[in-house]
Amino acid sequence: MSFISYLVNGISLGSIYAIIALGYTMVYGIAKMLNFAHGDVIMIGCYIVFTMMSGLEMNSLTSILLAIAGCTILGVVIEKIAYKPLRKASPLAVLITAIGVSYLLQNLALIIYGADTKSFSSVVEMEPIKLADGQLTISGVTIVAVVICIVIMIALMTFIKKSKSGQAMLAVSEDKDAAQLMGVNVNKTISMTFAIGSGLAAIAGVLLCSAYPTLTPYTGSMPGIKAFTAAVFGGIGSIPGAFIGGILLGIIEILGRAYISSQLSDAIVFTVLIIVLLVKPTGILGKPIHEKV
Amino acid sequence: MKKAISILLVIAMAAMGMVGCSNSDSSSKDEGSAAEAFYIGGIGPTTGEAAIYGTAAMNGAQIAVDEINEAGGINGTPIEFNFQDDQHNTTIAVNAYNTLKDWGMQILMGTVTTAPCIEVAGYTAQDNMFEVTPSASSTDVIVNDNVFQICFTDPNQGIASAQYIGENKIATKVAVIYDSSDVYSSGIEEKFEEEAANQNLEIVAKEAFTADSKTDFSTQLKKAQDAGAELVFLPIYYQEASTILKQADNMGYDPIFFGCDGLDGILNVAEFDTSLAEGVMLLTPFAADAEDEATQAFVSKYKDEYGGTPNQFAADGYDAIYTIKAAIEQAGATPDMSVSDMSDALKAAMTEITVQGLTGGEDGLTWEATGEVSKSPKAVIIQDGVYVGM
Amino acid sequence: MKKFGIKGTNKSIKSNMITYLMVVAVYIIVQFIIATGSMSSLMQGLLVPLCIYSIVAIGLNLCVGYLGELSLGHAGFMCVGAFSSAFFTKYMLDSGMNETVRFILAIIIGTLVAAFFGFLIGIPVLRLRGDYLAIVTLAFGEIIKNVINVLYIGKDSTGLHFSIKDSASLNLEEEGTLIINGAKGIIGTPRQSTFTVGVILILISLVVVFHLVNSRTGRAIMAIRDNRIAAESVGINITKYKLMAFSISAAIAGAGGALYAHNLSTLTAQPANFGYNMSIMILVFVVLGGMGSFRGSIIAAVILTMLPEMLRGLADYRMLIYAIVLIAMMLFNWAPKSIEWRQRHSIKGMFQKKTKEVQ
Repeated sequence: MSFISYLVNGISLGSIYAIIALGYTMVYGIAKMLNFAHGDVIMIGCYIVFTMMSGLEMNSLTSILLAIAGCTILGVVIEKIAYKPLRKASPLAVLITAIGVSYLLQNLALIIYGADTKSFSSVVEMEPIKLADGQLTISGVTIVAVVICIVIMIALMTFIKKSKSGQAMLAVSEDKDAAQLMGVNVNKTISMTFAIGSGLAAIAGVLLCSAYPTLTPYTGSMPGIKAFTAAVFGGIGSIPGAFIGGILLGIIEILGRAYISSQLSDAIVFTVLIIVLLVKPTGILGKPIHEKV
Repeated sequence: MKKAISILLVIAMAAMGMVGCSNSDSSSKDEGSAAEAFYIGGIGPTTGEAAIYGTAAMNGAQIAVDEINEAGGINGTPIEFNFQDDQHNTTIAVNAYNTLKDWGMQILMGTVTTAPCIEVAGYTAQDNMFEVTPSASSTDVIVNDNVFQICFTDPNQGIASAQYIGENKIATKVAVIYDSSDVYSSGIEEKFEEEAANQNLEIVAKEAFTADSKTDFSTQLKKAQDAGAELVFLPIYYQEASTILKQADNMGYDPIFFGCDGLDGILNVAEFDTSLAEGVMLLTPFAADAEDEATQAFVSKYKDEYGGTPNQFAADGYDAIYTIKAAIEQAGATPDMSVSDMSDALKAAMTEITVQGLTGGEDGLTWEATGEVSKSPKAVIIQDGVYVGM
Repeated sequence: MKKFGIKGTNKSIKSNMITYLMVVAVYIIVQFIIATGSMSSLMQGLLVPLCIYSIVAIGLNLCVGYLGELSLGHAGFMCVGAFSSAFFTKYMLDSGMNETVRFILAIIIGTLVAAFFGFLIGIPVLRLRGDYLAIVTLAFGEIIKNVINVLYIGKDSTGLHFSIKDSASLNLEEEGTLIINGAKGIIGTPRQSTFTVGVILILISLVVVFHLVNSRTGRAIMAIRDNRIAAESVGINITKYKLMAFSISAAIAGAGGALYAHNLSTLTAQPANFGYNMSIMILVFVVLGGMGSFRGSIIAAVILTMLPEMLRGLADYRMLIYAIVLIAMMLFNWAPKSIEWRQRHSIKGMFQKKTKEVQ
């Protein structure tokens, strides 16, 4: 019974990694950049919801919608100011700028909200499900997180497959220059990717803080890195890959902590990651790299 | 060319920073030398992940400085206080220390966190500068005779906790959840484990987390539950503890939670459901809702100035400044003394003084020549959202 | 590609000489200022850290700028170098060995151990490309930090004792000493790093990297970076050269780590000093200074390390301004529009053909 309980915890943690990873992987797939500031957009989303709910006493749904709107705008603005001018420069330059943006957001939050920990009250008002005489509890947040994660994944995949803008995204991700020649507005497509990615970050943030209720200016950074790892694990650029990578990473982290060593859980996660990448160098669902000669 | 221009740009920026910095410094110094003052420096993290502790200690110390200056200073001499950020990083703490030395610091109130403090203590020993640390609790901090602590040492806390649990027969099966990447937490844990054996406590689960994986504690709690622990010992800070309490509640696990001074502050986490902390026991020298006049005045001042309720770090910072004041008065030190002479005078005075302070409890704070403080830890239990003495 | 192509030997020698001269000139000026007693304590305290970060940036630049592989784990190599060298120093502390000899040996050990780890990690990892390589090196750095935090090593008359549980399970004798004490790390390493040692190490690193990149080996490494398949087809042994460059890069980072360990008396593996944030910080030095330019790496490391200290007057806004300056510098340095603007407005640029940036 303990094993199943650990598994449930792993899936719960993993589904949150998965939602964050979806945002990472989308931006990577289309703009070909590692958006290190993604984790901090998540943190900003949490603070928006926190301010709305405890400061202005709005209901949770309005706050979440406002947070999604806020993060979407933030994502687009960041893209316009910090990343767009560097579109033709080396990807490494954009990576460093993203790190700058990450520091900027953290320190902005530090100045506005202070370093004090805020306790985030869960927006999910669902009683935990108790199974097997209470030996196994599945909290409401876990269920909501998994469901939302799957919904988002399917919605994203449908959007990319069926809609015109989605097709444009696909085209940009395959070949930016060719897409431009075919009449795709590359700038608009990339902006839209950032908008969607950042909107997802807000949702991820709300779920992260609902499940693990402490909020500080640095809340987003470590889950951000772990989710990035998850995205690579599943094959970066691949949407189902981000989902699978996230869930697996969560499960490995929890099971490693439970059965091997709680002190070495980080080392275990990263060792598994290295082994997987050595066996399958582009991640679980990553496309093999074709080389042109 | 590209590089040349960027270098110029950066140098210009750096120069601007330097000018801005030296301007503000020189102006404060001018005021100081006109009025003659004690230059007290402070070091602690005000940015980065540990910012919460440094900021609290800085604010607490600032309140004490303002109070003293309003009341006419120490023996009529005002205090100049300058607090520098170390980002909880040893290298940057040394930079902060050197910045303060350039500013003219005579006495150091710091550093707030342990690892940087051990490093800086090496430098203060070399310069023979008097140092009072509000909250760096490792015994490695006080290896030199010029450093004095306001807080308990880690071994003390671990031993006192195990003794309290054993002597009062609170539980026999104990689980520990601690931060294996943190000096404070692993320091307490080690001594607790040693003493637990003497107290006939059985440690049924010893679970760790690290700075990089402190979002989810369900596994650690589940293991404690499966091992049948009646009491979970949490030698950790309150942010993580608040998550642990919430997750334990979610899984329907309700042991006794027992913590150290790091747990103080848990009731004041914004929007935290304090009913979750019901029945939590902790050893702490400071309680923000204590009835005494000094604490209440301090808490209301803190709320006015900085918002929020002060935690133990703020109280430690406040006491550190008053301790320095008491030592100066006892030694009859004057601001024109050299750093080293002042240090020698204050060191001698420290063993003679008793400071009531906010964290002094019934008997006040007194010091051994080693730098270790002697004060009585108060065991409190949280009932109806407030601390109740046990 | 012009910037990295095989230039006239004279030109590259000239450029290298400028770098050496710059380091030596700064050293002499600094010594002069110290001698006149007008250098602030802050600057004196910063000298060694500046050397440390310059060295590690030189090491990473070899990996990123010449090998063309993104590594996010150089803090890990630094950590390995720091802990192995400090361990050696601590172990030999009572042996009566000459202090200078011990320190030199400690640096050599730190360098070699880091090189060994670079080699070890390099064998499997260098098969990966681009961001996958980056994430594996990041993972490696995190593993190192995590393992060191639970590592306990003690010494007594029967020899060394190891444990990854706690200090009690070492079963040390009464008079035994703990060398590595888990999260508390290594305490009491003598502070032997000086500015002179730092500058000597910078110069040695520069000699190594300049010699490497201007040799046949260096040209092979650059050929691999520019076109792996073409390089392979002319018979260059990809694995050998990649491993070589990666190990040397790790070794230099290890030397920086050894210097770091002997600049502080307390050595702990915290996220702040050996976490991925530090790896990223070093990468910032390299990218901002210009990939492939060792002189640029040193200048960027010096400026970006000093910047937050210079901004101390801004108190709370310090790190915020730092972030803004970082973004502004990146945009100014790298944005095609800004490059164009600068070329139009610089006299030198008028005579130069437009150069293409290396990816």
